Amino acid sequence: MHEMSIAVAVVAQVEEAAASAGAAAVTEVRLRVGELAGVVPDALAFCFELACADTLLAGAALAAEPVPGRARCGACTAEWPTGMPPLLVCPDCDRAGDVALLAGRELEIAGARFEDPPGQDPAPTREPIVEEH
Amino acid sequence: MCRVVDLQQAVLAKNTSAAQTLRTALAARGTAVVNLLSSPGSGKTALLERELGLARERGVPVAALTADLATENDATRLARSGVPVKQVLTDGLCHLEAHMLGRHLDGWLPDGTRLLFVENVGNLVCPASYDLGESLRIVLASVTEGEDKPLKYPTAFGLAHLVVVTKTDIAGAAAFDEAAFRANVRQVNPGVEVLLTSARTGEGVGALLDRAVAVAEGAPVHVPVMAGRQPAHAHGHGGHEHGHTGGAAGADTGRPRSATAPTR
Repeated sequence: MHEMSIAVAVVAQVEEAAASAGAAAVTEVRLRVGELAGVVPDALAFCFELACADTLLAGAALAAEPVPGRARCGACTAEWPTGMPPLLVCPDCDRAGDVALLAGRELEIAGARFEDPPGQDPAPTREPIVEEH
Repeated sequence: MCRVVDLQQAVLAKNTSAAQTLRTALAARGTAVVNLLSSPGSGKTALLERELGLARERGVPVAALTADLATENDATRLARSGVPVKQVLTDGLCHLEAHMLGRHLDGWLPDGTRLLFVENVGNLVCPASYDLGESLRIVLASVTEGEDKPLKYPTAFGLAHLVVVTKTDIAGAAAFDEAAFRANVRQVNPGVEVLLTSARTGEGVGALLDRAVAVAEGAPVHVPVMAGRQPAHAHGHGGHEHGHTGGAAGADTGRPRSATAPTR
């Protein structure tokens, strides 16, 4: 059940962004969840609701966009949906030396919907988020 | 008034960053971390006991940190080898994270440790998503667990630098189909080495230590397809390259990008 750890990380990052943007509340969070990210969307939704309590995200909706796994063989240029469990050996030429995963491991916060404080002009732009790397 | 903002942040960016910091700090001290992942009961502790004993015989400075939800039983077993051992109790948490590991190493990890074995919580799901700053990620499965284990837990096996089969001494009794197991490993992690071991007979114990020592000395490790760098997303965010170096948890496909102006 590492979905709780993931939900807490999502809430912390979005709350930080919302606070620095001067938002009063967050009403929606959009995630991109890859087919191979090792995350169960239902479990994440359940944990997200709990993790949002008593934060700027209280009551926020979670929209998780699934990203299908896709791979490409550099040897024969075939491209295929990996499926789950993923097939990471080329289905066309059976080679595996030059296979690249094109998509499917995403676990990203795509964006959010912020509510501005009443009677206040929202800032036209907000500060870029500080890179954590 | 509400506004929709574009954030584009990797959820596990914080852990990945902590892992990278830990990896760099440990490398500066000459220490490489070996992260051991498996389901409960696959024989991680028994194999690790052999590895620690052998390392001591060979004069390789090693230490071990073992994580469990409860009890110090594993640390007690591992300590018999005579090398420094630490038990971490996660109080119910199903996995270790990089900052937790770093905290436990502070003031404990002896100087001059060449290899630090980290026995993760017995679980093939959650620990797979967390880079601990390891140089070598080993995923183990015993011969009794079924040849399709790599397909049932593709994230764990797909991100392994090395796959280890344990309890080969009972492979016959368990009717373990090695070829089927290898084929399943290849499907999710082509090119990864599969090493056969038995803590009871000693099979593969030396080979496993050799692999770990080689990695600590800078030998290249296998790069799983699943952990490989993903190309830029076709989402129109300016072709940002998602750099990912080291560490098996390649889930973090990006670093926070400078935010675009909010749309209303």
